[in-house]
Amino acid sequence: MQLDIKKITKSNGFSAFTSALLAIGLGLVCGFLVMLGASPENSLYGFQTLLFGGMTRLGDVVYYATPIIMTGLAVGFAFKMGLFNIGASGQYTMGMFFAMYVGFMFKPPESIHWLLCMLAGLVGGILWGFIPGFFKALLNVNEVITSIMFNYIGMYLVDMLITKNSTMYISIKARTAYLPASAQMPSLGIRNSGANISFIIALLIAVILFIVLEMTIFGYELKATGYNKHASIYAGMNGKRNIILTMMIAGGLAGLGGAFYILSPSTIPGASMTYEPINVIASNGFTGIAVALLGSSNPLGIIFSGLFISYIQRSGSLVELYGYKPEIIDIVIAVIIYFSAFARLMGMAIPRLFKGKKSRHSESHDDASEPDNPPEGPGEEIPASDNPAVEASGKGA
Amino acid sequence: MSEYIIEMLNITKEFPGILANDNITLRLKKGEIHALLGENGAGKSTLMSILFGLYQADSGEIRKNGVPVQIRNPNDANALGIGMVHQHFKLVEIFTVLENIILGVEPNKLGFLKMKEAREKVMELSEKYGLRVNPDAVIEKISVGMQQRVEILKMLFRENEILIFDEPTAVLTPQEIDELMEIMRGFNKEGKSILFITHKLNEIMAVADRCTVLWKGKCVGTVEVKNTSKEELSRMMVGRDVSFEVEKKDMEPGDVVLSVRNLTVPSKFHKKNAVRNVSFDVRAGEIVCIAGIDGNGQTELVSAITGLERPSGGTITLCGKDITRANIRTRSKTGMSHIPEDRHKHGLVLDYTLEQNMVLQRYWEPEFQNKGFIKKRNVRNYAEMLIEKYDVRSGQGPLTIARSMSGGNQQKAIIAREIDKKHELLVAVQPTRGLDIGAIEYIHKQLVASRDAGKAVLLVSLELDEVMAVSDRILVIYEGEIVGELDPKKTTVQELGLYMSGAKRDIA
Repeated sequence: MQLDIKKITKSNGFSAFTSALLAIGLGLVCGFLVMLGASPENSLYGFQTLLFGGMTRLGDVVYYATPIIMTGLAVGFAFKMGLFNIGASGQYTMGMFFAMYVGFMFKPPESIHWLLCMLAGLVGGILWGFIPGFFKALLNVNEVITSIMFNYIGMYLVDMLITKNSTMYISIKARTAYLPASAQMPSLGIRNSGANISFIIALLIAVILFIVLEMTIFGYELKATGYNKHASIYAGMNGKRNIILTMMIAGGLAGLGGAFYILSPSTIPGASMTYEPINVIASNGFTGIAVALLGSSNPLGIIFSGLFISYIQRSGSLVELYGYKPEIIDIVIAVIIYFSAFARLMGMAIPRLFKGKKSRHSESHDDASEPDNPPEGPGEEIPASDNPAVEASGKGA
Repeated sequence: MSEYIIEMLNITKEFPGILANDNITLRLKKGEIHALLGENGAGKSTLMSILFGLYQADSGEIRKNGVPVQIRNPNDANALGIGMVHQHFKLVEIFTVLENIILGVEPNKLGFLKMKEAREKVMELSEKYGLRVNPDAVIEKISVGMQQRVEILKMLFRENEILIFDEPTAVLTPQEIDELMEIMRGFNKEGKSILFITHKLNEIMAVADRCTVLWKGKCVGTVEVKNTSKEELSRMMVGRDVSFEVEKKDMEPGDVVLSVRNLTVPSKFHKKNAVRNVSFDVRAGEIVCIAGIDGNGQTELVSAITGLERPSGGTITLCGKDITRANIRTRSKTGMSHIPEDRHKHGLVLDYTLEQNMVLQRYWEPEFQNKGFIKKRNVRNYAEMLIEKYDVRSGQGPLTIARSMSGGNQQKAIIAREIDKKHELLVAVQPTRGLDIGAIEYIHKQLVASRDAGKAVLLVSLELDEVMAVSDRILVIYEGEIVGELDPKKTTVQELGLYMSGAKRDIA
């Protein structure tokens, strides 16, 4: 039994899971402290709402989770290859625009209209992911810089194109018109929410990505490049092609997120989701970074972290009832992200805790379980890596 | 007053999962050269790091002159007169020799440096012990041998009386090694005490008074060097008999497998070419060794042959096919196997499992994939076969994360992968670097077996013993040029050393 605990606590997945939980716990504690400081008398009820408020709006939780799961996948998938796709916002916006454009301007058979809109979103995102990938692969331009720039280029371009298009834009209301019903995704039928089929599609995509990463040679190459670029070159992998492909896939994922967002049916009959071209970068793209971090870039983990962040955001909108600003939830999320960044360290401390206890109980057992464990590892390696900078300079000489 | 200047009594240090030092006792006499011998991972570096204050022992006691002391950090060690020359030098590259020596203990008055005084003291020490240095040279521009002398002067400047040398000879030429041995004997006469970490038996026999042998974190014993032999020391170190001779049968070299003509490779560090107009052939059934001091273009030469770098001129032909501009995958398919210089940087994906690493060069073959999906069962079976055949030891077999394996077994895994892959040419770059005697013996056997199977082997090595023992033909590289071709049966280590240091050359 003890052996089992050890195996589980040692696994990567476990450490990622515990570290995510720790980060969430610390984030919530901070949220509570802020509430306590802002308005002590309401803090208990407020915190209760923060924890359980989302339960009353599960449909909304699902609905709002869908786009951030997609942007989370976009960031996480690229991250597996060691690329920091900070451009999910731009890809998301482009995807949204492409989807909207097909929704407004094309009149295909009604039954496949929404499907075409969705695919258009995919294409828009792929395009916006391809460009930074292309620059990175062929000209070695840092993808962080290009994708940040493409966030702005995408956003201004879309806002410009929308405000100039009288079919799409209602200038009096400063927002887009309602999409035709045929362009909207089929609803899941949850009362009072926009939850729709896109959530199911997002889950399927996450599972497919998981399979790609774990079971295909493309995933093998991608992760090998992410873990050790030099070894991937040594093994003759086509790094340039893989960079471009990965960025295209990441862009496509974020683009689908944008499409899912705008193509959702509204709870008000005849209405739909709308977009306000007010020159602001889509926050769902950045939330995607948070979702990916919290989910350790694992596609299945991202489903849960996306749902969680959506849930806590819904709860956050309810704490207003107790006189708190909904921004309090941004603080909680910020703290969670902050801690997930070094949470892996904390996660790694947990197995050590188990190990410490165990070796006191049954030392002989421990030895028997690892007869081959060589004593060198840390013994010889750590002194050398004590001061990496100095070591590196020594090697250079 | 105690006979011993430093005593480390019953030192135990545990890292998570590993008992690095298990109840080790080491006593250093005043004025002796004491060697610390052991395989990689035996716990030598850990023990010295504890003495130097980089780690704290879990239990045990350190005494100086019989008085228990606490060493919490290197500053404490310094205050007790303990100095250390690390394996990787800890020098500021862009500072001068003098600046590096005084770093941290700068003589000053009210914060103003007193460089003149410092210079006088350094020159005095330099003369006294024969440590030739140019105090105004910048570190990045001087040779490794001189950098080491700077490290030694650092210890002397701090008036340390206990000097720790961590594998000091790994980076030196034979002549420089002799010089270092001389310097160490000089310290000895001055009454300084030396702790000398190594796994080279010749050096211990040459300079050490006593030797403590560690094995798997335990102390095997301390012996008087004059009462022992190389064979006995190696038995203590590895736990079994080791043969120093590499058994080789005579081979007739066959067809030319690799042909390099007028190869020129630009350097990444300076404007000159790292490899200049190099031509040679490697035939089937022979081991050709490129010998030379580190940094004379070996890395660039191999990078150009294996495809990691682009040459600026010349041609490379493998099995009759021009591969000068071919990509790495093509070279691999044409019949090149490559045991890379840096196993962590190139050879392994450390966060992958052993089985994933075993197919790193072959995952794309139909045997291991079908329409892009990995055939996990085949990968597992293949990895298990290699593990069995090449005796790769690890905690969890094919599922072990490569990072958690010992250096020797990581290298064995790479060698298994590269030798088992279909190949005509095996390029092995420093395949035994940092490994212990047992693993070195094993790797030499594998190289020879590959040659006996009719493969061409191109070996790059900095270890002269290895060059002499394994190769059929030696090419000496100096400043990017092949300066000599030698037959190991007809040459000596000394002659080889002369070629390596550029003092002698045959081929213009």
